[in-house]
Amino acid sequence: MTITAITMPKWGLTMTEGKVVAWLKPQGAAFASGEELLEIETSKITNVVEAESPGTLLRIVAPEGSTLPIGALLAVVAPETTPAAEIDRFVAGFVVPEPAADASAETDAPAPRDIEAAGQRLRYLELGSGGGVPVLLLHGFGADLNSWMFTQPALSDGRRTIALDLPGHGGSAKDVGRGDVDALTDAVEAALRVLDIDRVHLVGHSMGGAVAAALAARQPDRVATLTLIASAGLGPEINATFIDGFVRAARRRDVEAVLRLLVHDPALVSRAMIEDVLRYKRLDGVAAALETIAGAWFPDGRQTYDLVTALPMPVQLIWGRDDRIVPVAHAEALAARLPVHILADAGHLPHMEKSGAVNALIRRFIEG
Amino acid sequence: MTQKTIRQALHEALVHEMRRDPRVVVIGEDVSGGAGTAGGRDAAGGVLGVTKGLIGEFGEARVIDTPITESAIMGAAAGAAVTGLRPVAELMFSDFLGVCFDQIFNQAAKFRYMFGGKARTPLVIRTMIGAGRSAAAQHSQSPYHIFTSVPGLKVVVPSNAYDAKGLLIQAIRDDDPVVFCEHKLMYDLKCEVPDEAYTIPFGEANVVRDGDDVTIVALSRMVHYASEAAETLAKEGIECELIDPRTTSPLDEDTILDSVTRTGRLVIVDEATPRCSVATDIAALVADKAFGALKAPIRRVTAPHTPVPFAPGLEKLYIPDPDRIAAAVRAVHEYRR
Amino acid sequence: MQLNRESLVKAWRDMVTIRRFEERVQEEFSKGGIPGFVHLYAGQEASAVGVCANLGPRDHIASTHRGHGHSIAKGCDVTGMMLELFAKQGGLCAGKGGSMHIADLDQGMLGANGIVGGGPPLVVGAALTAKTLQSGNVAVAFIGDGASNQGTTFEAMNLAVVLRLPAIFVFENNGYGEYTGAAYAVGGHDIAGRAAGFGMPATKCDGDDFFAVNEAAREAVERARAGGGPSAIEVATCRFYGHHSGDAQLYRGKDEVRRLREDHDCLKHFRRRVTEAGLLETHELDSVDAEVATLIDQAVAAAQAAPSPDASALLTDVYVSY
Repeated sequence: MTITAITMPKWGLTMTEGKVVAWLKPQGAAFASGEELLEIETSKITNVVEAESPGTLLRIVAPEGSTLPIGALLAVVAPETTPAAEIDRFVAGFVVPEPAADASAETDAPAPRDIEAAGQRLRYLELGSGGGVPVLLLHGFGADLNSWMFTQPALSDGRRTIALDLPGHGGSAKDVGRGDVDALTDAVEAALRVLDIDRVHLVGHSMGGAVAAALAARQPDRVATLTLIASAGLGPEINATFIDGFVRAARRRDVEAVLRLLVHDPALVSRAMIEDVLRYKRLDGVAAALETIAGAWFPDGRQTYDLVTALPMPVQLIWGRDDRIVPVAHAEALAARLPVHILADAGHLPHMEKSGAVNALIRRFIEG
Repeated sequence: MTQKTIRQALHEALVHEMRRDPRVVVIGEDVSGGAGTAGGRDAAGGVLGVTKGLIGEFGEARVIDTPITESAIMGAAAGAAVTGLRPVAELMFSDFLGVCFDQIFNQAAKFRYMFGGKARTPLVIRTMIGAGRSAAAQHSQSPYHIFTSVPGLKVVVPSNAYDAKGLLIQAIRDDDPVVFCEHKLMYDLKCEVPDEAYTIPFGEANVVRDGDDVTIVALSRMVHYASEAAETLAKEGIECELIDPRTTSPLDEDTILDSVTRTGRLVIVDEATPRCSVATDIAALVADKAFGALKAPIRRVTAPHTPVPFAPGLEKLYIPDPDRIAAAVRAVHEYRR
Repeated sequence: MQLNRESLVKAWRDMVTIRRFEERVQEEFSKGGIPGFVHLYAGQEASAVGVCANLGPRDHIASTHRGHGHSIAKGCDVTGMMLELFAKQGGLCAGKGGSMHIADLDQGMLGANGIVGGGPPLVVGAALTAKTLQSGNVAVAFIGDGASNQGTTFEAMNLAVVLRLPAIFVFENNGYGEYTGAAYAVGGHDIAGRAAGFGMPATKCDGDDFFAVNEAAREAVERARAGGGPSAIEVATCRFYGHHSGDAQLYRGKDEVRRLREDHDCLKHFRRRVTEAGLLETHELDSVDAEVATLIDQAVAAAQAAPSPDASALLTDVYVSY
């Protein structure tokens, strides 16, 4: 008889606590793998916790509305027949870790690191260890490694996972050179060298998908699998309003308006998410970097690169049905040749909006 | 990114800009300190150490120690700004504006208008505000409302280290004269501050906390007291939206009006005296432009119409505190016509 | 240093331009064409022109409320000035400054100033710019005997000495601060002595004599450009009009102004000196006079014809961006 705990997850580097917004399964209910259990809100984002394996939600410990530190006990999963006294003992004996605000916890937490690759500073976050082929995660235009906050932890069992800030983004240097697909791919290639990664599973979102595809085309032998999420490079259309709006937006209102284009449910665009984008955009060099990249990738509101090509490694596409940035038709056009997963109720950020499903698709794909 | 104090954030901002632009100079009393003494330069670095060490990198020509001569400092900085430098002039205590106001009020602020739009005056005046140190009536005031009332000046009142750095860099790069008001009790306050240079636009408020019940607008150090009050009130079930305007000129009217339109209730917290103050100005703004949305009278939590007292007990009474703020919010929240 | 022919003609042209400009402003002001009030510089021409003859367009000056003469001597456009005094579009300050704030930064003229003693600290700033950017430029503060009593002037002189700045303080002692005599208001009666007390070279010269002023200024400007720090010059001069146009001048002695015009007219002094020494011919001076008369006529005609500022100008030029 196994009793397991559902605890407060850690999403992103700055999260120290979360609020239980709602339980999506009642106490006592059985659930299947991938089913939505509860909704949690952090200062940055609201997201759903999905079941990793089947079970029964025997005891809900954290009531709706409660705010708890990372690692705190939220619920107990156990077979229906488990005696109440045993559940009581489990709950009583559960040790809540120190909140992350505590200095020692903060030191232990994984933190992004900087490397010098091809003469420029690149920032990355590494999680996980073990003998598995590492996973490299490449974010989209204007985003950073934090966009993998729901993805990276789910892929880090038994392998290294690296989320990289592309040049001009996040904590990486803001000089992007020509800013085109070759320049960004050069940087990623250099990062893999410095990080001593020979073979890799590539996961790329949007512009990062196109960079991943370009890298796979350059070095097919090193790339084990390629997962492209709402990827650029698969057709000419792109939402120019978003690209231009993102490049230009300097104030909260403007940023909010463009971020809303990214998602199916606008509630996902929190004030903290807007603030993070503003803080990034205010940095010296970012405006020029974004303009250079946008000019190289999306001149005249069209995509420059067509990276649809026969690649030897397994390739899968994941798309949100309601993507308003890169049309889902780009994926549908390839459905005869490649595995294509189109997720309902998701926009351009399926890895954030439907993280459980996307994580499962990636895991299954890389575990072959 | 690391945690930095406001002092460090301001120092970093000065270093970034002095490296970036040779026209940026720092000028004022004891900005390095120790000139003409046996001990030598950099004895002070400003009375609270913000400019300490700058002279080592940038030299006497750009870290300019002056006599105690506020009129000449402000006038020289204004004259230098309009002829090609980008001076950051230190008016040590904002109370000293009394001896140099002409150079700020009649000269720097008005050049552009008087000269038919031909002048650019990229001048920053860094100055300390705030009570709480028993520094008494001539070293404790928060007279940003006086600067705010002057057309031609921009006025910044940062409440945290992140904002302080981004707003100071913006101020230095700005082509208009900016009065940058630093609260003397907040220099050691820390938060996450990027190592890189960045700018925060003027006239964009920071919404510190979301809430639907009562809007609180608070300035400078009062943002932290208001935040404490909002925490307490949240436990009572009153959700406050806390707005930090960051700059009083320009003022982000839209963010304040949008919030009050939603909550219908407004409390303004300002450490300055209340007559013709920023608090009073914001109250007038909301009464003028959002009267229909108001469900309760606007409450201002401010210092009294008195000089700042010396005795610690009296000074404590003088400065608005979280209890007074919470009481005002409760009163506004409970109010029914 | 001997001034060449060209310099002498220019000096004459500038002095005559100031005189005719001020006489005409007085006339037009009386007719009601010029709003507000004006402070006229006639009688003091040798000071402004004698000093500014040593300056280039990148050197700066700051003036007083009596600023038309300094503006003309520093190269401001006379028509633009007249339009400004008439509060018209196209004026040097777009009709938004007027007589008391007339300025042209492109000519290094940092403005007349409505605040007595407002200018000297600004000049310290302009000199600081010159020193910091190592431009070799200098900055000159024109200061009245009235402003010699202001704290800002003292502070400016001290800071200029402390920072060893290329600044020159030119005190134009015309004997009156508003309606009060310098004999009453200036303690110690020695303005140059005050400046010397701050530790800078200070000289006195006769403001009737363009050549004396020019020579004193030349020394001070050369010292400043060479890194020798600030200097002061006290120019004994006289104003032919009152404090402002329309001043009844009840404080003046009987026949005082008439005697000043006869015995202390710097233009007469200049004309006599250059013709007697054979430096310029009378007809050369006369032809300049005629050109200036035409220039002033044209400036007034242009000012009368120009439109007033558009209503939209009320709200512009407060900030570069807001």
